[in-house]
Amino acid sequence: MRKKRIKAGSSSGSLPKCPSGIKGFDEITGGGLPKGRPTLVAGSAGSGKTLFSMEFLIRGALEHGEPGVFMSFEENARELAQNVASLGFDLADLSARKKILVDHVRVERREIEETGEYDLEGLFVRLSHAIDSIGAKRVVLDTVESLFGGFQSEGILRSELKRLFRWLKEKGVTSVITGERGDKTITRHGLEEYVADCVILLDHRVTAQVSTRRLRVVKYRGSSHGSNEYPFLIGDKGIFLVPITSMGIDHKVSTERVSSGNSRLDAMFGGKGYYRGSSIFVTGTPGTGKTSIASAFAEAACRRGEKCIYFAFEESKDQIFRNMRSIGIDLSRWDRKGLLHMHAIRSTSSGLEAHLLMMHRLAHEIRPKIIVIDPISNLTEVGEQTEVKAMLSRLIDYYKSNKITTLFTSLFIKEVNEDTSGVGISSLMDTWIQVKDIESNGEHNRGLLVLKSRGMSHSNQIREFLLTDKGIRLLNVSLSSEVVLMGSSRVAQAAQEEMEAVRRREEIARRKWLLEQKRREKDARIVSLEAEFATVEKDLTSAIRMEEKQGKASLYTRKELAKLRKADDKTTTR
Amino acid sequence: MSSRTGIGEEKAVKGGRKPKETKYELRLYVAGQTVKSLNAFANLKKICETHLAGKYRIEVIDLLENPQLAAGDQILAIPTLVRKLPKPIKKIIGDMSNTLRVLVGLDVRPEN
Repeated sequence: MRKKRIKAGSSSGSLPKCPSGIKGFDEITGGGLPKGRPTLVAGSAGSGKTLFSMEFLIRGALEHGEPGVFMSFEENARELAQNVASLGFDLADLSARKKILVDHVRVERREIEETGEYDLEGLFVRLSHAIDSIGAKRVVLDTVESLFGGFQSEGILRSELKRLFRWLKEKGVTSVITGERGDKTITRHGLEEYVADCVILLDHRVTAQVSTRRLRVVKYRGSSHGSNEYPFLIGDKGIFLVPITSMGIDHKVSTERVSSGNSRLDAMFGGKGYYRGSSIFVTGTPGTGKTSIASAFAEAACRRGEKCIYFAFEESKDQIFRNMRSIGIDLSRWDRKGLLHMHAIRSTSSGLEAHLLMMHRLAHEIRPKIIVIDPISNLTEVGEQTEVKAMLSRLIDYYKSNKITTLFTSLFIKEVNEDTSGVGISSLMDTWIQVKDIESNGEHNRGLLVLKSRGMSHSNQIREFLLTDKGIRLLNVSLSSEVVLMGSSRVAQAAQEEMEAVRRREEIARRKWLLEQKRREKDARIVSLEAEFATVEKDLTSAIRMEEKQGKASLYTRKELAKLRKADDKTTTR
Repeated sequence: MSSRTGIGEEKAVKGGRKPKETKYELRLYVAGQTVKSLNAFANLKKICETHLAGKYRIEVIDLLENPQLAAGDQILAIPTLVRKLPKPIKKIIGDMSNTLRVLVGLDVRPEN
């Protein structure tokens, strides 16, 4: 990845570059220092000028086959050797192998009397001799400004320095000239006027009792360069400058998934969990179980046999182990097996840069698959927001390029630490889980929701989040008239629903019974009506029959009478 | 260790030997025969003759021929005159045109 960046950078500019070998620096300058030209490295005392230039020289000699001359105007060879020994470089050995030549130039003004015209040809002769004797391609002058203290005539000095830089350019050596930071100018004596090709500023600032080193490329003629301030570290392996993410987001992404350590949580991410190599952000108010989510994730990783680093900025190792044991997560077991590397440190113990260094270095040494930073909000307290964001983006970039899945927790208290809670850095995160403290009806409950998860479908529902002695449990929450219910209200709601169901069942039974009653009533009525009808029918039938009989009888009687009277009146017989 | 050049060598032992008197061992560093270097040598010689007659020795070193010698006496400026003896070591730079300053530099009290 690094090589790719260098290539991309150098193709944009035609200026040949000389790789400094300093981690991160070649990325931001697209390949290193301008080849065959002088570069000015300015900074206040203790800003790392000497180490920067020494590393440039040593890396050149060791990694790029370019011997170098270190002309020191301040420290002698022995002191320099001691200083760089802390970075793991053996200067004496390099000198013996003619890779590096250290020439200590000492100027004592009180020994020198000026009597008329002079020039600095002696310096030229020395430097030239040094360069030729080992075939040097790189030269460092540290700090050439000391000469201003050694000679009275500033005019001569200035013209001679100007000549020197021109001469270095003609020699074709890539040189670094260091200079003390001035009040109004970049260097105290305005060397930047003569070294016009590339100017680098080193800074060492202390904010809130915590120091941070920074590097900025002020000027780089003929080349594009990152113009930001880059925090850098002086570690035990030299200068470590972390290039900013924007220089290239080109890490390969993985479609592999890793379990979050909880099947219900995995289910919220399409049933498979997080992407490997992604960054996961867990925010929440105090006591919402962020550490538990983090620990579950770490434990799951260890179960799979993956190495995991857990940076704890709030609690001690033992405290986390104890607390997690109470919810059924045994981390100490993995600690003993050497899969889990627990690093509990106070965030205020050192500056951001030192934390950054540690987090990079441990990742580099242990090569974990999973990293947990709990909580990141404690780190953000030791730095400014923008700085933290820059730092984190670098860290995430580094982790991503190494396919490390990183889980950050962050404390979020509304209106208290909104700016340090890390909400500002959420844009750097691929997955954002929020654990909410939901307070209602005199109790608080934890709710968990996935605010975002790049590149996958994820649940948009709130889950009730329970910490039990068997670990994390996620439960569905009740929805009642568009209000989410959890905790006892959820239970109450359930009871109420149960009662409602019972009532409904009873009502149905009652209605059914009523219906049956009605049916029976109807049937009974039918029976009684029929009985009544039968009676009436019988009565009426017999009455009718009676009437008919009587009618016949009367007709007979009349016929008999007529017969008797011998009547011939037919009509009356009818 | 020294090299003798064209402007070079001057072992001035003029005047009577006075064993108790301080001996001045002087070394003049130059880089090629430049005007400044030639002037410096001429001026120096004149001053020595006037004030240190018989008590001095001047060795001229051309750094163009022996660049490795520059480091030993911490030579940066050209010309540089180094007073090796008497101790402590003193350095005088420039073309020695300012006689008074040369004498101050050499710790020699000007006569008169």
